[in-house]
Amino acid sequence: MVREFLYPEYEVFRNAGRCNSCRRCVTECANQVHYYDDKTGAMAERNEACVNCHRCVAYCPQKALKIIKSDHCFKANANWSRHTIEEVYRQADGGGVLLSSMGTPLDFPNYWDRLLLNASQVTNPSIDPLREPMETRVYLGPKTQEIRRDSRGRLADNRPKRLELSSPILFSAMSFGSLSLNAHTALAKAAQALGTLYNTGEGGLHRTLYPYGANTIVQVASGRFGVHKEYLAAGAAIEIKMGQGAKPGIGGHLPGYKNVGEVARTRMTPDGSDAISPAPHHDIYSIEDLRQLVYSLKEATDYQKPVIIKIAAVHNVGAIASGIARSGADIIAIDGFRGGTGAAPTRIRDNVGIPVELALAAVDRRLRQEGIRGNVSLIAGGSIHSSADVAKAIALGADAVYIGTAALLAMGCHLCRSCQLGRCNWGIATQVAELSRRLDPEEAAQRLVNLVTAWTHEIKELMGGMGINSIEALGGNRLMLRAVGLNEKELEILGVKHAGE
Amino acid sequence: MNQKEGQIRIPAGCAIAGVFSRSGERMDGSAIMEAMTVMHDRSNGLGGGFAAYGIYPEYRELYAFHVFYDDTAAKTRCEEFLDRHFDIVNLSKIPVRKVKAITGEPLIWRYFMNPHPGRLADSQLEEKEYTARCVIRINREFTGAYVFSSGKNMGVFKAVGFPEDVGRFYRLEEYAGHCWTAHGRYPTNTPGWWGGAHPFGLLDYTIVHNGEISSYDANRRWIEMFGYHCSLLTDTEVITYIIDYLHRRLGLTLEEAAAVIAAPFWQEIEAMPEEKKQQLTYLRSNFSSLLVTGPFSILLGYQSGMMALNDRLKLRSMVAAEKGSRLYVASEESAIRKMEPQPDRIWAPAGGEPVIAALY
Repeated sequence: MVREFLYPEYEVFRNAGRCNSCRRCVTECANQVHYYDDKTGAMAERNEACVNCHRCVAYCPQKALKIIKSDHCFKANANWSRHTIEEVYRQADGGGVLLSSMGTPLDFPNYWDRLLLNASQVTNPSIDPLREPMETRVYLGPKTQEIRRDSRGRLADNRPKRLELSSPILFSAMSFGSLSLNAHTALAKAAQALGTLYNTGEGGLHRTLYPYGANTIVQVASGRFGVHKEYLAAGAAIEIKMGQGAKPGIGGHLPGYKNVGEVARTRMTPDGSDAISPAPHHDIYSIEDLRQLVYSLKEATDYQKPVIIKIAAVHNVGAIASGIARSGADIIAIDGFRGGTGAAPTRIRDNVGIPVELALAAVDRRLRQEGIRGNVSLIAGGSIHSSADVAKAIALGADAVYIGTAALLAMGCHLCRSCQLGRCNWGIATQVAELSRRLDPEEAAQRLVNLVTAWTHEIKELMGGMGINSIEALGGNRLMLRAVGLNEKELEILGVKHAGE
Repeated sequence: MNQKEGQIRIPAGCAIAGVFSRSGERMDGSAIMEAMTVMHDRSNGLGGGFAAYGIYPEYRELYAFHVFYDDTAAKTRCEEFLDRHFDIVNLSKIPVRKVKAITGEPLIWRYFMNPHPGRLADSQLEEKEYTARCVIRINREFTGAYVFSSGKNMGVFKAVGFPEDVGRFYRLEEYAGHCWTAHGRYPTNTPGWWGGAHPFGLLDYTIVHNGEISSYDANRRWIEMFGYHCSLLTDTEVITYIIDYLHRRLGLTLEEAAAVIAAPFWQEIEAMPEEKKQQLTYLRSNFSSLLVTGPFSILLGYQSGMMALNDRLKLRSMVAAEKGSRLYVASEESAIRKMEPQPDRIWAPAGGEPVIAALY
């Protein structure tokens, strides 16, 4: 019989001189890593259960703990890494699909970091955001090229309903179910305080969050979980999720142990059952079907809600977006393959899709070539790390960005990538009451507000440096970008010049 | 070899001046040339030019094209095109005088024409749109030919040189018009291409501009969706297209167009009476990609009027004055006083506030 033991990747390091065996770590760790060993009279640990979430480290009153990467190793092999070997063992052992959480950790190119922003020198002035107005307000929705006037000659606004944001940053779709109610509540409160929107994801809208409807995007995904008329009417906009960056081509999967109680009720599914969304929408097998769903939703909501189509960034994204821009949708959200929160099959997460930078550049260019860029607004998501990424996304052609991972980090997530286990020690991605109550929605909301406020300040400073005092003037302004270290083809796709040009 | 406009984006500082007679009284070009001499140091000899309105009354119904040619081959190709698309009523060299400071002149020709009726009908386009598309096509596709003026009863005159020398070169004291605008250029390199001098014109719209806008590529990439092609990569070119699009094609008033280009800040819009607030919110949010940021002062000339507009922070100097039926605008007050020592009123228009003069 084959006997295999996968040595833990991380080890708990306990400073014996500081540890006073208070057992706080035992209380904090839902993975039961820490225990008191009666035989030795000291604290001990089960390293194999550790997910490296830093909960014990942060809460140890004695600051006695840290997590170190194990130096356990296989025989050196440039072709077969430790990860790859261990994945084979795991699959040989269990016969299952590998699951992981959050975006891909693999070393794919990050184009944001290869793009640099401009600043004014001599020929035009930079603008001081401390002393001059610096505007970040954004409207999302179609623009018209047809002027209508009423009988008195006044301009008549003939456009569909739009969304107004104080800053071009929205919280991307993360469902109640994958997240705790406290985490969802924090997102809703923060969106309201910031004058932006959060997104329900595919889990429906908990009844306590209906009052935040004006700052809510309600999602309709292939499982239609939690979708009913009242739900559609509750939000400010409706998002049809065709795909998501972490798992293009497949639907969501909430394991039964997370789909319990209020979560199951909100989704309108049996308590404790796996909530598995179909890979496609079974009423959308082509673009003309999408158009019908867009208009069904608009009819159901009296044309009062903009409709967002969220797609994963895939190879033919330009043509897909061009079809969507003619489907009656108001906004297209493009989700890059490096993005992702929640659980996804590892192979899909790490191998399917394309980076959002290239997808965004291609879509923006394609829509302009066809003269229909005004039909829709663009939201880019999938690995927006900082305010600089936001500014670069807007200069490439986005109207706004979605942030998911950064929002989770703000609430306390430590990117241990174990959401699928349902035992989030930070109370974010769990439905275990003792764990989820660790997240105070007020405090988490405040941290989200802080983050977006800080980023908005930074965006203003970057804009001011470029001599731009309104975010509209940065939109699609690719001359404000230069690339470093990219090849001709990459420059061509991004539509930017190389630094020094 | 240095790259010229269109191959590279060249920032430039400048001097502008303009005079408009609301009563339609015609003035010769000497006063505006004088005005430019006092702002000599705002230019560096790498571009100067003038636009004049009301100068071709005998051909007032015809499109007057002013064209630069690099050589006779380019001229032959372009004239073939013009011949196919227009009925040419008159053509001639534009008369010039030799001026020591002005060298390297291209062939400079003038055509008075009507769109070819059959072609126009086939195109299903309105006459101005047809003409504009022909201009854009020549400037984009015909190497060595460049249409730098294309309106009716008006003309642009420009060259590489200081504006006062350019004026003497074109013998502008021999033309009389009810409106003159002028430009002296201070580009940051030495392109030495006549087409790159200003004013920039399309149909009867001309723009002289001082500044370097920071929104350039946002504006360019948006306006190019509507059949324009920015072949020069200059601010002036893109601003002219924006005004042509908003004013001529969409039918916005000039005040409305100004509220798009130099939109009030949201905090100002919020404080407006409800109806005005709605109108400005609509304009600003619907045409957000045509908001122009960064420093600019522009003078727009058009068939029956002139508009001066500063960026909304007023990052470039611009002074206006009135005397009788005349409106004067210039980068510096000294230039106005050179044309009119005793104006009735002289003021600095606020950022984003258009000053418009139209024929009575």
